[in-house]
Amino acid sequence: MGKLAGKKVLLLGERDGVAAPAMEESLRNSGADFVFSVTECFV
Amino acid sequence: MAHVAIRGYSYCLNHTPELGLHYGNTPYMERKSHGETEFIKKLPDHVQSFDEACCYPPNQVYIGGMDLDALVDHPAPMYLNRLKNAPRFGKFGEIMPENEFLGLMDICDVFDLIWLDETFASDVSGALAKHPVMNQKVLSRLEKGHASSEIEEEVSKHGALPLYFQGKIAGCCRKGHDVDESLSAHVLLENIASKAGSVLALLHLLKSTELAPGDVDYVIECSEEAAGDMNQRGGGNFAKAVAEIAGCTSASGYDVRSFCAAPVNAMIAGAAQVASGARPNVVVLAGGAIPKLFMNSRDHVKKGMPALEDCLGNFAILLDPDDGTCPVMRLDALGKHSVGAGSSPQAITSALVLEPLQKLGLTFSDVDKFAAELQIPEITVPAGAGDVPVANFKMIAALAVMKGQLTKEEMPAFVKQKGIPGFAHTQGHIPSGVPFIGHACEAIAEGKYRRVMIIGKGSLFLARLTNLSDGASFIIEPGTGSSRQQGVTREDVREILLEALSELSKGLTG
Repeated sequence: MGKLAGKKVLLLGERDGVAAPAMEESLRNSGADFVFSVTECFV
Repeated sequence: MAHVAIRGYSYCLNHTPELGLHYGNTPYMERKSHGETEFIKKLPDHVQSFDEACCYPPNQVYIGGMDLDALVDHPAPMYLNRLKNAPRFGKFGEIMPENEFLGLMDICDVFDLIWLDETFASDVSGALAKHPVMNQKVLSRLEKGHASSEIEEEVSKHGALPLYFQGKIAGCCRKGHDVDESLSAHVLLENIASKAGSVLALLHLLKSTELAPGDVDYVIECSEEAAGDMNQRGGGNFAKAVAEIAGCTSASGYDVRSFCAAPVNAMIAGAAQVASGARPNVVVLAGGAIPKLFMNSRDHVKKGMPALEDCLGNFAILLDPDDGTCPVMRLDALGKHSVGAGSSPQAITSALVLEPLQKLGLTFSDVDKFAAELQIPEITVPAGAGDVPVANFKMIAALAVMKGQLTKEEMPAFVKQKGIPGFAHTQGHIPSGVPFIGHACEAIAEGKYRRVMIIGKGSLFLARLTNLSDGASFIIEPGTGSSRQQGVTREDVREILLEALSELSKGLTG
């Protein structure tokens, strides 16, 4: 549990950067509440 | 046969700023949602002329009019350091101006959907008649045109979309059905433009390879459009429709879709059919995407720079058996981003780059160049998306460090040495690895490279069916003549028998 515990989190991923599912995976044990998670592509 | 020859390639751009101003998704949605905003009012002032587009270095690299290495050293920003009097045609293809492209769209329309103004049609007919890859059969499809009053009526009363040239209405695209949204004028406009781009690339390919249209056996199309009606929105099929216009009467074909990963997947699908002997040759091709025109233009306008996303991209590649004279695709070590591979950049790069190399017992240093996403950085950096090619090369370098094949200090040199500069428009599927195939094959034929890797990645999550992305890759190397080593032909048997009989005869007489 870190500083994100109990916080509502929006995850905005980018196709050639870090995708949202990868962020979710890495923050799984942070205690954050993922209220929105999406990966976008601008190319 | 695990190797398939890349016999030829063509790359074209269609300079279509007025299609972009009206039907590029960013300006179109802005106008639809908010009306004539400051952005919409300012955007036309940021449009490049046709000559400026021809003299923009990345465009010349795309059509083979400029060496890729020369782009590395070209002063930035390239839109302020243009080439002088750069020609429209390059060794891989051309940059077609908008009036001719509207004419080509009419040529590619078989349902009387595109109507051209009669004066405009007459002017375009004259221009296309001088075009080096247009034949009489293709040209005869161009309509005589309609009175401007007829076009105005189609637009004002029947839901047609106006087409513009030099700010004036030059024609319209009509809807294909009264209520079917899949056959709306907007959808059909995008589809006919994509089809026309594919046709142009195919005509250039036929000319450069000297392949007769009737000798094309199969076409695989890999754009990002969906052709269909309300009962089957993505039913297809662009490939056969493109082959028909180009006069490829013996060909059939189908479409491959996987967002930006489609071209690499289509190359693999085509090569597999050639390698198995199922097809004597396959053309893989794609046209461009109108919605992506001026996609990042809001930021370009804000930053006072040209709105560079004014070209549709097209390509066509001919695959046939490896006779040792052309570079080849290797089919024995393909990169595949599997469902369970994971979505982190490391997992994707590992699946697409490391695993195929490991399969062949190779290391990162055994590849001369990696070609992943090849978007022009001057388009993406001002919009906050970064230098996409460099981001991909850095990830490959980072993986090489993780695997102990490179030190951290060597990463910048690795990126410079193994990467290539972005030179493709933000047309989704178009910049995804494939624009490098032409330059790579030339360099391999010259002995400059011995191995390159083409990587495609697709944003499947945009369709809201899955959170997954897609990816695929393949390696190109010099040809080995593997198709000649495939077993014994009737001629081979005849020669062997004659040799044996000759030996026997010598033995009997001696």
